[in-house]
Amino acid sequence: MTAVLENRSSTTQPPATRRRRRKAKDDTAASAGVLWAIGAWVLTLVFFAPVAWMVLTSLHNESDAATNPPSVFAPVSMDNYAALFDRGVTPYLINSATASIISTLLVLLLAVPAAYALSIKPVEKWTDVMFFFLSTKFLPPIAALLPIYLIVKDIGMLDNVFTLVVLYTSMNLPIAVWMMQSFLAEVPKEILEAAEVDGAGLLRTLVSIVAPVAAPGLAATALICFIFSWNEFMFAVNLTAVRAATAPIFLVGFISSQGLFLAKLCAAATLVSLPVLIAGFAAQDKLVRGLSLGAVK
Amino acid sequence: MTALAPDTEPAVRQQEPRSAKEKWRLRGPLLPALIFTIIITQIPFLVTIAISTLNWNVLQPGDKSFLGLGYYESFAGLDNYVTVFTDARLRTAVVNTITLTVSVVVFSLLLGLALAILLDKKFPGRGLARTLLIAPFLVMPVASALIWKHALYNPDYGLFNGVLNWIWQLFGAEQGPTIDWVSSFPMPAVIAALVWQWTPFMMLILLAGLQSQPGDVLEAARIDRAGSFQTFRFITLPHLRQYIELSALLGSIYVVQTFDAIFTITQGGPGAATTNLPYEIYLTMFRKYEYGEAAAAGVVVVIGTIIVATFALRVISSLFKEEVSR
Repeated sequence: MTAVLENRSSTTQPPATRRRRRKAKDDTAASAGVLWAIGAWVLTLVFFAPVAWMVLTSLHNESDAATNPPSVFAPVSMDNYAALFDRGVTPYLINSATASIISTLLVLLLAVPAAYALSIKPVEKWTDVMFFFLSTKFLPPIAALLPIYLIVKDIGMLDNVFTLVVLYTSMNLPIAVWMMQSFLAEVPKEILEAAEVDGAGLLRTLVSIVAPVAAPGLAATALICFIFSWNEFMFAVNLTAVRAATAPIFLVGFISSQGLFLAKLCAAATLVSLPVLIAGFAAQDKLVRGLSLGAVK
Repeated sequence: MTALAPDTEPAVRQQEPRSAKEKWRLRGPLLPALIFTIIITQIPFLVTIAISTLNWNVLQPGDKSFLGLGYYESFAGLDNYVTVFTDARLRTAVVNTITLTVSVVVFSLLLGLALAILLDKKFPGRGLARTLLIAPFLVMPVASALIWKHALYNPDYGLFNGVLNWIWQLFGAEQGPTIDWVSSFPMPAVIAALVWQWTPFMMLILLAGLQSQPGDVLEAARIDRAGSFQTFRFITLPHLRQYIELSALLGSIYVVQTFDAIFTITQGGPGAATTNLPYEIYLTMFRKYEYGEAAAAGVVVVIGTIIVATFALRVISSLFKEEVSR
């Protein structure tokens, strides 16, 4: 603002003053930029602090983790992580991986053809179909828990990881359909038409035109479905017990813990969050499209 | 899927009438996903509505079979809905759900907006800052609830009291205040943890909105010597409105469903001070075994969500149409 006004007046001033003014202007802009960077970084670090604290505490031993004031510079080790595997976290991680990976593959298997029929070769009233998928995402799962529990119990599928696979598939399918639709819609129509004129079959069109454009979108969709399945808690805690319990259920044991357990808790929290943190950082450029169900790019 | 044969149709959205066979060929790839979604998402809700009209307590089973899934006592009509709106516990849960959802959405939206504005400008390490800011949304919700409960809020060794103690000692006091955050402020404690979790969600959508501003308009504003506040107020904010609406509505739909944080931090307590509807439904189902009441409360949540979702769909649909017509 002030810089602009200065510029206006500078035309009537001798060159030397103008040059000095411009230097002053650059200085104000630079210092505003520095202030901006400092402000942004302070806020970022305050906001990130709980995650940093979780990771740091997971490396401390139990007595250093429970001091007041906090011992930031206590010695670090990986002992707490080793202790987690002694406590048997592995089956929980395997169940989580099974439920998340298989459901993500199923989601893609169902969503990609559906998205094709909603973008490249759209069916009639394709927007209505899109909004039907979206509306199912808005139904609160807690309202479906009772019938799902009763049906699953009736067919003997309680405490079975494949029950979670089916539920997570339906939970993520609308997101995947919307995301894949928006990615496939980006395939240039002119090229598709040209391929058709040249007599390229469906398979060829898919492999050499659609796939290269849609591949990054497919990867991002997969990562987002993986994130939501891995983190899901409500169905997992109510429908599994011993055999099929997933990673979040392992954490439930810490809810009312007593005594010295904070460092182990932090290690467990870090360990189970790690796959999703990695997946999320890998997909971060496309994350917003998944979170807004494809509405925002 | 059925279309490996050479295809002579023009590729995209054509208006001329198609034969029935052609229509079904186009629908083919869609059907598995559609049928799966209808079966898994719609049937349970129909069953929930049916159960909500029954007197069904598992501890006092009746002699009428419900689809072979269990035995209920009698048909209740709308009695369960009367209970939902008159029972003190359930009414508290409705109020708590609204308090929780509105507070979390408003605070995380404001914080998210502030962070998005900061990140919209170039500064050293901006990419890294954005990555760090996404982390709270990615940490497993149960894990982050546990971290807040034990590592931050704990009165003896939590980080909050630890930092207070450190500051107090810095100024020569012997001991900082010992605040039992969760017991003294149960609802704000849950809200703060959820605001932390949802701010990145808001930030990402709003940042995408800020960055989709047409550069030429901002340039024009600059040439016209509009101040940065004026530019924000009259150009950025109107452009951002859709994105603010979208993030608020989607945020509300997701935050209404909050279960993990309540289950972990307070178990709905003390008393029923932080029990929201999803947690109350869970208690009614698996602690009181009142299936009819739980189902009725579930239907109420669905209706509430549908009201918010209608507005959300309207915003998404306008963003979507913009995109399609582009």
